[in-house]
Amino acid sequence: MEEAIVEVRNLKKYYPIKLGFLKTILAKEVPQVHAVDSVSFYVKPREIFGLAGETGCGKTTTGRLLLRLIEPTEGKVLFKGKDITALPLEGGEMRRLRRKMQIIFQDPYESLNPRMSIYDIVAEPIQIQKITEKESETTERVTKALEDMDLTPPEEFLYRFPHEISGGQRQRVAVARAFAVEPEFIVADEPVSMLDASIRTEVLKLMLSMVERVHCAYLYITHDIALARYICDRIAVMYLGKIVEMGPAEEVIGKPVHPYTEALLAAVPVPDPTARRTKVVIKGEVPSSVNPPSGCRFHTRCPYAQEICRKDEPELVASGKDRYAACHFPLS
Amino acid sequence: MELLKVENLKMYFQTLRGYVRAVDNVSFSVDQGTALGLAGESGCGKTSSALTILRLLPMNGRVLGGKINFEGIDLLEMSHERFRQEIRWKKLSVIFQGAMNALNPVKKIGDQITEGILIHEDISRNEAVERAKRLLDLVGIGAERIDRYSHELSGGMKQRTMIAMALACNPDLIIADEPTTALDVIIQAQVLKVINELRQKLHLSMIMISHDLSMIAETCDRVAIMYAGKIAEYGNVVSVYKEPLHPYTQKLIAAFPSILGPRRELTSIHGFPPDLLNPPPGCRFHPRCSYATEICQKKEPAIVQCGSKEHYVACHLVG
Repeated sequence: MEEAIVEVRNLKKYYPIKLGFLKTILAKEVPQVHAVDSVSFYVKPREIFGLAGETGCGKTTTGRLLLRLIEPTEGKVLFKGKDITALPLEGGEMRRLRRKMQIIFQDPYESLNPRMSIYDIVAEPIQIQKITEKESETTERVTKALEDMDLTPPEEFLYRFPHEISGGQRQRVAVARAFAVEPEFIVADEPVSMLDASIRTEVLKLMLSMVERVHCAYLYITHDIALARYICDRIAVMYLGKIVEMGPAEEVIGKPVHPYTEALLAAVPVPDPTARRTKVVIKGEVPSSVNPPSGCRFHTRCPYAQEICRKDEPELVASGKDRYAACHFPLS
Repeated sequence: MELLKVENLKMYFQTLRGYVRAVDNVSFSVDQGTALGLAGESGCGKTSSALTILRLLPMNGRVLGGKINFEGIDLLEMSHERFRQEIRWKKLSVIFQGAMNALNPVKKIGDQITEGILIHEDISRNEAVERAKRLLDLVGIGAERIDRYSHELSGGMKQRTMIAMALACNPDLIIADEPTTALDVIIQAQVLKVINELRQKLHLSMIMISHDLSMIAETCDRVAIMYAGKIAEYGNVVSVYKEPLHPYTQKLIAAFPSILGPRRELTSIHGFPPDLLNPPPGCRFHPRCSYATEICQKKEPAIVQCGSKEHYVACHLVG
């Protein structure tokens, strides 16, 4: 196997819930939100790895843990074999690493500072990383980054402000900023969910063309599993802080093994009025992650649940070539 | 039977820089017991059309022409007061976008449902409460939750409460404005299922507004694809989705990913929708259209029927 560019081992993130003074003294245990609970996976070089799931399943938290934007409760994140969670947060080494690992946020209306010009926005990471020595070199890099994102001619955009350009262009500026420092790994957190369908694909194509151009890898976080099918090489489906299924995107979507993946796919609307599918919609809503259900976390809603599912937690085990599922009774 | 017929509706927003042509010569109709989908991207005029029908336009919205014929009455001729008393909520109700913010946080959901009933119908409070309970059962929330506040409900339940509210006075037509955006897929499927079941059970007529073509495919009989304040293509859902004729519809459909069928390449439409303060002359789609010819830049295409089918399109290249 090719060496993974990013590897995650047993990553956990719990958030304690703030209680009142009396309750803090009396409580035996502080209740915690189990946002991410023992997640392990790896991303290969030049791979687009998708993380799919519903709101609150822990996919965004996982993305941020990978970049150490938040600190894990437990577990390791390895970048090219080096444990980055062990490095001091402040200091040269971590900062140099950040150059290699960038993020694109969901909402370009919030992630771009409205008071900074496009030039300043894209130049800021270059200046922080001290990549260039002269101002002219910085300008050259910024221009190049904008050109790569089809913001041409770049001179026309350099001194504009975020409110003067359209939503699609704004997100392209956010992508240009991420790529300005030549990263090798990008966390893309729902990068196109705020954009209309007709401009979404254009932004996606530009983003993905960078895989070939600069050989980077992506962690693509999305709630839209249909879109994930079109862009990801492999995907992992998360439910209540855990990965329930993982494998090549086309295989997982074509033939899901975990009942949750099956239910999620059954719920996705299809842009075809003649495809009247027999739709089985599972009942109920995602349980609270403060007291996740015992055993398999999906057993409360699973149509196939048996006694063992209530007691024993299934482990993520191989269910085929390059495929993994965490279920006592995997579908076949 | 035709329940609602909108003809050549024109609604512009007056601003300091001129008129924003939000709805420009739009015509469509809804038959009794059917659902019409209004599809298009942000700013194409789909919500503005609905607000014009409901007469809920902001102060600067100007209706400059057209007719809205509802059950034989022209709604635009009616006074605001009469419209409020006789039509809105009683015969024509709405499920608003973003249930998270559409409910009153300081009132119990039961009181919010009965409020509409008590204003429009001459029945006792107890009867109204009974009906509210029945409605909550109907949408799958359960009558026992009648005394809850909106913060005690999940997103899907809030949206179902909105549906129960819209049904409160047994309306003839319901306008659903993006009823499932901001909901997760499984919850969205649950809400759509409730809507589809109610449509069959109560023979509801509906206008469904959405940017998501997949959602309209699953709920509607007819669809109008809007672009820059105009209808580009209009007709039977199967006919429009399977044989799209307008270049915009073709590209929009090709831009939607699907979990079924072979994995084809997703297409994009170059550029972005025009500024409706100064829309391009001729066909409004011509700057982004790869088939545009000279006539497209000069003359505005009229919407014409294609063949004998229920399928209309506004494009110079068709017909």
